[in-house]
Amino acid sequence: MYQAFLLKYAEIGIKGKNRYKFENALCEQIRRKLDKIDGEFQVIREQGRIFVEAQGDFDYEEAIQEMGMVFGVSGISPVEVIEDKSWENLAAAVGDFVEHQYDSQDFTFKVKCRRSDKHYPMTSPEVCMELGGYLLERFADLSVDVHDPEVVIWIEVRDKAYVYSKVYPGACGMPLGTNGKAMLLLSGGIDSPVAGYMIAKRGVFIDAVYFHAPPYTSERAKQKVVDLAKLIARYTGPIRLHVVNFTDIQLYIYEQCPHEELTIIMRRYMMRIAETLAEQNNCLGLITGESIGQVASQTMHSLAATNDVCHLPVYRPLIGFDKQDIVNISEKIGTFETSIQPFEDCCTIFVAKHPVTRPEVQRIRQSEKNLEEKIDEMVQTALDTIEVIEVDS
Amino acid sequence: MEVYLDNAATTRIFPEVRERMVQVMEEDYGNPSSKHTKGMEAENYIREAKEQIRKQLKCEAKELIFTSGGTESNNQALIGAAMANKRAGKHMITTRIEHASVHEPLAFLEEQGYEVTYLPVNAQGKVEPEVLARAMREDTVLVSIMYVNNEIGSVQDIGQLSAVVHETNPRTLFHVDAIQAFGKYQIVPKRLGIDLMSVSGHKIHGPKGSGFLYVRNGTKLRPILFGGGQQQGMRSGTENVPAIAGLGEAVQLIYTDHAAKVERLYARKQQLIQGLQSLEGVRVQGIAGMELRETAPHIVSASFAGIRSEVMLHALAERGVFVSSGSACSSNHPELSGTLQAIGVEDALLDATLRFSLSVTSTAEEVDYAIRQVAELLPVLRRFVRH
Repeated sequence: MYQAFLLKYAEIGIKGKNRYKFENALCEQIRRKLDKIDGEFQVIREQGRIFVEAQGDFDYEEAIQEMGMVFGVSGISPVEVIEDKSWENLAAAVGDFVEHQYDSQDFTFKVKCRRSDKHYPMTSPEVCMELGGYLLERFADLSVDVHDPEVVIWIEVRDKAYVYSKVYPGACGMPLGTNGKAMLLLSGGIDSPVAGYMIAKRGVFIDAVYFHAPPYTSERAKQKVVDLAKLIARYTGPIRLHVVNFTDIQLYIYEQCPHEELTIIMRRYMMRIAETLAEQNNCLGLITGESIGQVASQTMHSLAATNDVCHLPVYRPLIGFDKQDIVNISEKIGTFETSIQPFEDCCTIFVAKHPVTRPEVQRIRQSEKNLEEKIDEMVQTALDTIEVIEVDS
Repeated sequence: MEVYLDNAATTRIFPEVRERMVQVMEEDYGNPSSKHTKGMEAENYIREAKEQIRKQLKCEAKELIFTSGGTESNNQALIGAAMANKRAGKHMITTRIEHASVHEPLAFLEEQGYEVTYLPVNAQGKVEPEVLARAMREDTVLVSIMYVNNEIGSVQDIGQLSAVVHETNPRTLFHVDAIQAFGKYQIVPKRLGIDLMSVSGHKIHGPKGSGFLYVRNGTKLRPILFGGGQQQGMRSGTENVPAIAGLGEAVQLIYTDHAAKVERLYARKQQLIQGLQSLEGVRVQGIAGMELRETAPHIVSASFAGIRSEVMLHALAERGVFVSSGSACSSNHPELSGTLQAIGVEDALLDATLRFSLSVTSTAEEVDYAIRQVAELLPVLRRFVRH
């Protein structure tokens, strides 16, 4: 139906001399996406835009959906390529385009033209005017509104001519691979997949770590995390998921430390392990789904106590979000349904009735002294027995 | 060692059943509705399966409808009876301990304007006949009561309850969900006054996706699936011949040397109950004040004080012992067992109860192994007690 797509990008347009790096990364990500679907596609970079030319059979909806998940793309327009750009043929082709593209031709419109072929016999304003006239004549119910049209018909005259009018929204953000890698603390909940998505959207590759506590958490809870990783991998690209067996550490903390501090101390050990893993895997930071005040372990005091053990920056993209905002994003990126499956993770099982909400770092450090005898060895064992799962969409 | 003690969920297929199914799938794969010989051959499998089942139920072949299993049988019985007997009334009676495949179709009928009475059970999980008698009304279309409860193995006195139904209102139909009972008991629907009875194949070492509904001659029933009019128009859709052939075979096998099989089951059950009860803080539910043989031969429901059922379940699975938790529970969506609540199990144990269910192939060594694993795990898991 359409022979090409025009992809627009927003932020990377302003990167000065590094711009080519961003554009190359973007093209690579688009190719990676399109490789997975039927059809042959050629990704062409040209004067501040990307053209995707399609050959052979392909599913139009599927192609738009896949390209819509590439970070860095702000909009996708299906384009009709007009090889013979002589005026008569151009006008007829644009007329056909309007006829096929819309169910009824009774809207207000205007024509916009960009002409990079400076030898073309007509100027841009002339193309606009003449085409407007042609369309008005061909479709009786069309009318022109230059200030607030319902439809803008774009014409680009290059070596060939291109016409497009619809724009499907892209994922925006920046192309993957332009900003290093970070380690996501992934649980089975609603928040952490969204947090991973948001940081990846800034061009960051993602590794993930999940803390598994058999037999207190089930194999299905782990499968749920793998499923979530798979869902966000549609956006973030392949994810290396590190599954840490956390049971012994949790039980040891439970036996040695005050129960109201369990969650905080447990989270401090999760951060320590995640940080070690991050360093081993060339990650430049940690990502969590924390949001101030959401639960006892996410008060300002608790966050400070947790943060106390980290040297790497901890990115918390949801920190100021309301729960509903987070839910909205998770629905948009398609993780919500999976996140609300009722399997317990270790955080919901090992929780005290009245956890501290204003932990003092000094006291927590003092409590952790009770763990000195065995904890280093246990952490080492946990690191040595990690299960790595390579997840791709 | 792998010990499968979740036979109330599903069973391993008998090798003879599998062979018969393979034969149908690979050689005799015709459509029973086809007029050629290949179709005839397929039809013969259905005829033979009906014969195998008919002999056990001592009923007529035309009183059997093959379905996709217990859920469909229950849906067909309840919705089909309601639709066919609208003039008889819009009241139905069931119990609080039925399976979801009875409760949910009834909930659907409630949406359609039916009124449903849910009978309580006593501490032994049984419906008292007087309670049923009091609930019966002039406009009661149908009473649906399960033979054996799937969670605790309580057994209803079906003959007595059906007498209550038929004596109080001769127009009322009596449906029995016999999914956990078939294969464990010799069931002759006519003798027990049963009008409709649901059975599932995969609980008796037959294939999943197989089952039947017994419909007493003269019972008014509307189909719930419409189409090509197979099975006398009661259940359209090309018959699942391999499953039906497998089901017939499984029925015949499970009822061969049946008394000895049941003896073995009770011996294993006795061993399991004794082993579990000898452990500290373990209570077997739904057996107090009853002889062993008043309960179903294959189900044991045991509570482990202080240990969440799911935790014990996963820990046992790690050691190769497969059981099930009566409740699908999570901290976010507590859906505690209705049956356990109905027999008065205290709140603290609702989420600490597991179901062990035996099969005719379970051995004494397997049961011993399972008990040993529980014994070893109890102190380990009690290190962590939830607040």
